[in-house]
Amino acid sequence: MGDFAVEFEGVTRRFGNVQALAGVDFAVERGEFFGLLGPNGAGKTTLISILAGLVRADGGRARVLGHDVVTDYRQARRMIGVVPQELVFDPFFTVRETLSFQAGYFGIRDAGPWIDEILGHLGLTSKADANMRSLSGGMKRRVLVGQALVHKPPVIVLDEPTAGVDVELRHSLWAFIRRLNAGGHTVILTTHYLEEAEALCGRIAMLKAGRVVALDSTHNLLARAPGLTVRVAAERLPSPWLERAKRGGAGAFELPLQDYAELERLLADLRAAGIAIAELAIGEADLEQAFLRIMQESADDAGARAARGTRPEAA
Amino acid sequence: MRVVEGAGWLTLLRKELVRFWKVSFQTIAAPVLTSLLYLLIFSHVLERHVAVYDGRVSYTHFLIPGLVMMAVLQNAFANSSSSLIQSKITGNLIFVLLPPLSPTELFAAYVLGAMVRGLVVGAGVLAVTIGFAPGVAALAHPLWALAFALAGSAILAILGLIAGIWADKFDQLAAFQNFVVLPLTFLSGVFYSIHSLPPFWQRASHANPFFYMIDGFRYGFFGLSDASPWLSLAIVGAFLAALSALTLALLARGWRLRP
Repeated sequence: MGDFAVEFEGVTRRFGNVQALAGVDFAVERGEFFGLLGPNGAGKTTLISILAGLVRADGGRARVLGHDVVTDYRQARRMIGVVPQELVFDPFFTVRETLSFQAGYFGIRDAGPWIDEILGHLGLTSKADANMRSLSGGMKRRVLVGQALVHKPPVIVLDEPTAGVDVELRHSLWAFIRRLNAGGHTVILTTHYLEEAEALCGRIAMLKAGRVVALDSTHNLLARAPGLTVRVAAERLPSPWLERAKRGGAGAFELPLQDYAELERLLADLRAAGIAIAELAIGEADLEQAFLRIMQESADDAGARAARGTRPEAA
Repeated sequence: MRVVEGAGWLTLLRKELVRFWKVSFQTIAAPVLTSLLYLLIFSHVLERHVAVYDGRVSYTHFLIPGLVMMAVLQNAFANSSSSLIQSKITGNLIFVLLPPLSPTELFAAYVLGAMVRGLVVGAGVLAVTIGFAPGVAALAHPLWALAFALAGSAILAILGLIAGIWADKFDQLAAFQNFVVLPLTFLSGVFYSIHSLPPFWQRASHANPFFYMIDGFRYGFFGLSDASPWLSLAIVGAFLAALSALTLALLARGWRLRP
């Protein structure tokens, strides 16, 4: 058994002209609640598919609890449970059949009691003998989570599990996943809902164009975001502030500020210039701002590399 | 929980069996009815016009093993190919790809499941047609018939597996079925003895592996055949071995399944 729950070493993958993964290196420690973030097409799903053995890497290695996903795939796949992004199901079977077949594929012969437990945790007991076709989208999503858990994997990967899921289910799902994490399971989550990652994940990797552009604790990433965002509705802004401001809607300006001291200076300058404030709103830093800033910085880096004539792959 | 290493494929086999059993009206009853209609029409029209094996066997008797084998072959192909394409199109193939099933296990489960479907339909066709030709059930060499039924269903099950993995859409699969499987089956001597063909088509028939499956199967019924049963067995066995090796290699490479 290795020291890490999951390791990626120089993982590359190209689809036609698209370099989906351009050398990904990072490791997830055991017991972490880890977030994998990035815009569409960043390579999140490709990376997870490589980890699950659904897609092959062109280069590099991926391991689950020390088991290489290619050379030691049997052990690697036993250690990992994947909740796929798409809402897929087999229309021939009931919920219980779906779960018991899934357990059987892993060679588990007496899964009945554990399946009952999963059904209970996921609120599916009353639907156990319903055909998969008859379930709502949210219920199907719960079955997918159940299928990922039938073999009691120590590592659980959820690929955007709450896309299109109603609020109530989202909360019960997260409570359940949190319990699993508290019980020692490593959880890796990809999501578009940044507030979700902010609330759940201890550490986050941000992916862009197939490479990791940030890898840090959620706390540190939040610290990289501007301290405050101030939205000022006024006729104009004094000169040094105007250059930093973004035009918001309805004649408002948006300003990223370091701290409240800087806000004091802004207000003083406005008073000195005799500008009346029609409206003022203050927003605290959140992961979304950190995310946008990091994505912007990495785009600038890529631009700079391109300007120097170096290929991103070689950097 | 008790984990039996290497037993996952048995569950996949069971799933394959339950899958077609749940829609048995379509997967078993319908092909049996189709074969019965072939028998009624062809035997009625051709009984007095076609002489086979120099008149030693009546045309209706001759036709029955051909229809049985055709049903075995077509349904074995239909089972593995449609199971795979449905799983691919609905996306639920992921549930089979995530567990630690080896290429050999995947192969065994899909092929055996399809063989069972083919053999069940074949037995059904034999059961409903037997009344039209009393005595046909008194097989001259039952083991020969069984050997060819097993080998033939395995070959078509594997072809279905390849077609199902290769095809991305139902119409690609239909093309494989209509332009490869159906012509090879119809031109293999299901409905006629190749000795009644012009010399060129006799020679062409000898290049068709399906001919040996049906001819060998018929030998099991009558002890009579167009080719030597040993030659047929050798050719069918070699074809089966080559196809199995090819398919296992494709599965091991993750061809189209693990891109």
